[in-house]
Amino acid sequence: MSDMILLGTRKGTLIFDRTNAGWRPRPIVHAGIPVCYAASDPRDGTLWASLDHGHWGPKLSRSHDRGASWVDISSLKYPQGARYIVKYLPTPDFNPASPTALPEYADATILKIWNIAFGNANQPGRLYAGTIPGGLFISDDGGDNWELNRPLWSHHSRGGDLFAGDATTENHWNGTPASIDYGVFEPGIHSIIVDPQDPHHLYVAASTAGVIETTDGGQSWAGRNQGMLMDYLPNPESEWGHDPHFVTCCPGQPDHLWQQNHCGVFYSDDGAKHWKKVSMPDLGVNFGFPIVADAHDGRTAWVVPARADSERMAIDGGLFVARTTDGGQSWQRFQSGLPQNNAYDIVLRHSLDAADDCVCFGSTTGNVYLSQDRGETWQCLGSNFPPIYSVRFG
Amino acid sequence: MAVSGQQFPADLFSTFWLKTMPVVEMTQQLYRFFPQLKNRIITVPAGTVAEVISAVNEIAPGFSDYVLDERGALRRHVNLSINNTMVVDKIKLADRAADNQTVYIFQSLSGG
Repeated sequence: MSDMILLGTRKGTLIFDRTNAGWRPRPIVHAGIPVCYAASDPRDGTLWASLDHGHWGPKLSRSHDRGASWVDISSLKYPQGARYIVKYLPTPDFNPASPTALPEYADATILKIWNIAFGNANQPGRLYAGTIPGGLFISDDGGDNWELNRPLWSHHSRGGDLFAGDATTENHWNGTPASIDYGVFEPGIHSIIVDPQDPHHLYVAASTAGVIETTDGGQSWAGRNQGMLMDYLPNPESEWGHDPHFVTCCPGQPDHLWQQNHCGVFYSDDGAKHWKKVSMPDLGVNFGFPIVADAHDGRTAWVVPARADSERMAIDGGLFVARTTDGGQSWQRFQSGLPQNNAYDIVLRHSLDAADDCVCFGSTTGNVYLSQDRGETWQCLGSNFPPIYSVRFG
Repeated sequence: MAVSGQQFPADLFSTFWLKTMPVVEMTQQLYRFFPQLKNRIITVPAGTVAEVISAVNEIAPGFSDYVLDERGALRRHVNLSINNTMVVDKIKLADRAADNQTVYIFQSLSGG
């Protein structure tokens, strides 16, 4: 049973402990520093926070004593020669059918460490981090040292090996609006899935590109976007250019993957070989950012829908959580305990999690809600927290 | 600082050492991460701003990573000046800090 909830917030890391009197927050740590992701390593209980310093550059912070003390780590860096092809936010006169202009290159520097993932149970010390602009970093010593995964960085879908020279293929990776805060429009890796049954098998998801899989420990990567549909490019079935807001899998049935995409909710029961759109717009289940799968039943998942796409807030002023137990063939809405009037919350991509029968989410309005009955009824854990960027059981 | 200088007359010490080497002053926000830099006069050899930052990094390992990115360029929301003159080269940090000058490290008001 999980005894901790970690929140990454605009003003630091908040840790809730499960006590006899219920869930209680500790005083904030990393006070005043934006924390875009915080999580606990299930293998050894190490806590991690990704600090999004406005002035001093992104840093990781690590605690070996369950949050009593933290040490910041600056070793996650792009190597010399890591370049990428610059993208610009499309303007109203953007014509995707126009001839491709000559690529413009930039040296990569870490703008945001967007996600942290933990290696397989039999891979002690193995950690993953996804970044803007579009890097997957790997550590094999518990986070002291990090290395950029070059096969993914140099993938043919993004121009080829730019360490060796200029682009040899066309770049299909576009930027994510989430990078605009940093003054750029670059892609970002926000989802990293490690197959619990095979440490060499990973999926990552990048906005805006799609889902990419490796089965050889990161030596080679292949797109896994068949069946995906988009509504913002001329070809809705394009291989690349998808905007998966978050992708996750059922740990107990890792062939069952779930994707809350910009263009709907998608499900795969065959290891991302084929995706199927399982949105139910009439029920409000379509747009949103986070998604979480049940730990054991691959057909069960939860989403917190929102109104697409320029408004990005709760639908009709009320919050609800939707759950499917049949692979998205049907959805149920649950709103007991959630505000149904004057709610404008948006729940970001890392801000929904589940553990056993508990489901928890936090919003950019600073509200945290917890269900202990698989999402059917909810209680508020607090309403005056800073804007929340991530929620993870620990 | 000035620990070893106590064996010299104060005015002689300041004339020949304290007043000649460039001094580094910084926003107190950095003391949160590098408390060893607090409550001391930081003096470094004259040289380029890159060398000045490197010298501070010798006193406080990891300092460079807070002020510069992995290419050695000044972070976007950090400002540097030599006395009252803003540093021009924010990429290579080639501006020179001479003796008797002060290098200031600020948080830019443009973000954060």
